[in-house]
Amino acid sequence: MTTPLLDIDDLHFAWPGQPELLHIAQLRLDAGERVFLEGPSGSGKTTLLGLIGGVQTASRGHVRLLGADLAALRAGARDRLRVDHTGFIFQQFNLLPFLSVEANVLLPCQFSALRRQRACQRHGSERAAAGRLLEHLGLSPALLPRRAGALSIGQQQRVAAARALIGQPELVIADEPTSALDADRRDGFLRLLFDECRAAGASLLLVSHDRSLARHFDRRLALPELNRAHPATER
Amino acid sequence: MLLLRLALASLNNRRFTALLTVLAIALSVCLLLTVERVRNEARASFASTISGTDLVVGARSGSVNLLLYSVFRIGNATNNIRWESFEHYARHPRVSWAIPLSLGDSHRGYRVLGTSTAYFEHYRYGRRQALQLAEGRPFAADPFEVVLGAEVAQALDYRLGDSLVLAHGVARISLLKHDDKPFRVVGILARTGTPVDRTLHVSLAGMQALHLDWRNGMPAQGSARLSADQAREADLAPRQITAFLLGLDSRIATFAVQREINAYPGEPLLAVLPGVALQELWSLMGTAEQALFVISLFVVLIGLVGMLTAILASLNERRREMAILRSVGARPWHIAALLVAEALVLALAGMLGGLALLCLGIAAAQGPLQAHYGLYLPLAWPGAHEWRLLAAVLVAAVLMSAVPAWRAYRQSLADGLSIRL
Repeated sequence: MTTPLLDIDDLHFAWPGQPELLHIAQLRLDAGERVFLEGPSGSGKTTLLGLIGGVQTASRGHVRLLGADLAALRAGARDRLRVDHTGFIFQQFNLLPFLSVEANVLLPCQFSALRRQRACQRHGSERAAAGRLLEHLGLSPALLPRRAGALSIGQQQRVAAARALIGQPELVIADEPTSALDADRRDGFLRLLFDECRAAGASLLLVSHDRSLARHFDRRLALPELNRAHPATER
Repeated sequence: MLLLRLALASLNNRRFTALLTVLAIALSVCLLLTVERVRNEARASFASTISGTDLVVGARSGSVNLLLYSVFRIGNATNNIRWESFEHYARHPRVSWAIPLSLGDSHRGYRVLGTSTAYFEHYRYGRRQALQLAEGRPFAADPFEVVLGAEVAQALDYRLGDSLVLAHGVARISLLKHDDKPFRVVGILARTGTPVDRTLHVSLAGMQALHLDWRNGMPAQGSARLSADQAREADLAPRQITAFLLGLDSRIATFAVQREINAYPGEPLLAVLPGVALQELWSLMGTAEQALFVISLFVVLIGLVGMLTAILASLNERRREMAILRSVGARPWHIAALLVAEALVLALAGMLGGLALLCLGIAAAQGPLQAHYGLYLPLAWPGAHEWRLLAAVLVAAVLMSAVPAWRAYRQSLADGLSIRL
């Protein structure tokens, strides 16, 4: 059996001074898989993503990314692992508004030599990679030098997707990436995201409270069902 | 480099606050440098008031007092000294030159100094610079000739050949004028930046001629009065003077001659070394000068606290920025370093602004300052001391930025990737 991309094993987590928020017995994600994780707001979705990203550490149990146990790593190594192998897309305001579109897309390459190297390998240079990704996501190259804050929300989300995908991370984590978009744009955005994840060979873990998105995915999980710390979340 | 670029871009995004912060730092740094430069130049010009003179001799009083009235033309002598005493020491084997000084009259607020031509020959100021005549010549045989200091000539708009009347005493409004014996301007000295600029120089004979017919501090009345021409005919040998300056043939002799003068049996005399007295005098003024310096340091501190406030206030609204950076791989120390870089940029910009303001200010105020206060501020590149001050400001800024850096560090650890605000 190959090593799963992400392997969560008996994970416990509580914020300091608060009751246990998460207890997940098992959650696995294989390479190239597209998983929809559903949960109402307040159910600990973002916290779970923080744990997977290695920004928070589990009180007990294990989160393994590409076989590496995050809790066993030092903070710096966790940060490196995160940027090397995961790309993040958030609900909105994903970008640093004062940087250009291009500079925003290139940010992960600034912090990760691995992603810079991969981007260059495939496209010749990181800037070429950024341009190609934006083009695939339906953004004109003319937008590259523009200030990110001047873009529409829909455009910003696509720039965020390009940033998450540059340098081919193995895992893309998207936290409610479509909730700020209207229905048409939402489907268009997801389609582009899927295409690019497939092209890059990345797994996608998308978290949303919007169940109608679930049909596009290989697998659907519900956090309230997974989470034993909250057997019956207030729905 | 990346962090610096990010800091610059982020600051540019908040350029209004950033500019105000930079302005506050620039003004405070400018104040600090101005105070520092004025302080140094004042001290330098103070110390360069007199040079090359080995001993200042006057009636017995305090050394600071003697220096004040003989060199700075401030205050009055407690007593005069006899002409014979001066002659005695002028002929002393170790003395190479002697300048008599006779004070007590004034002209529209400027002091009149009665002296000899030795004054133009031997008096030195600054780096042993001799007095230069900008126009005309020193006073000569005629007693009613006057040589003006540069500021006197400029402020009162006198030219060669003008005639002026001296007043008795040194009050700005003097009721007793020597208006029967006007003086003619024969020379105007070049600017020195010392009290010489604010002095009118006449010969001792002229001084004597003015007071020939005076008795008990009052002019003679009626027929007892002497006209200027009668005075020219009279015996104008001086009887007493206020003080004198001595140049010795070797510096080693200074203390011996000083002891000798202080023990002079003819009358009580006091001889002081100008350097020592200057130091004593400066130490009196040093407190005020240091207070000024400390105040300007505090103003810089206030400028930096303003910067600290601006950065701290921005932290909350920038949590999202921090979380985004964390999500793309920035470590918490990157976030902290970002804030330090920001403070560094602000402080550097402020310092450059301060320097620019200083240069502009000096360029604008140089002329008036020299004209009114005799203070010459050079438009010069900062010296080693000023660079050290600037470096200290920078270090202080970086140290202070540790506060927001630490907060942002903690905040980004606690917030993680959650940027729902």
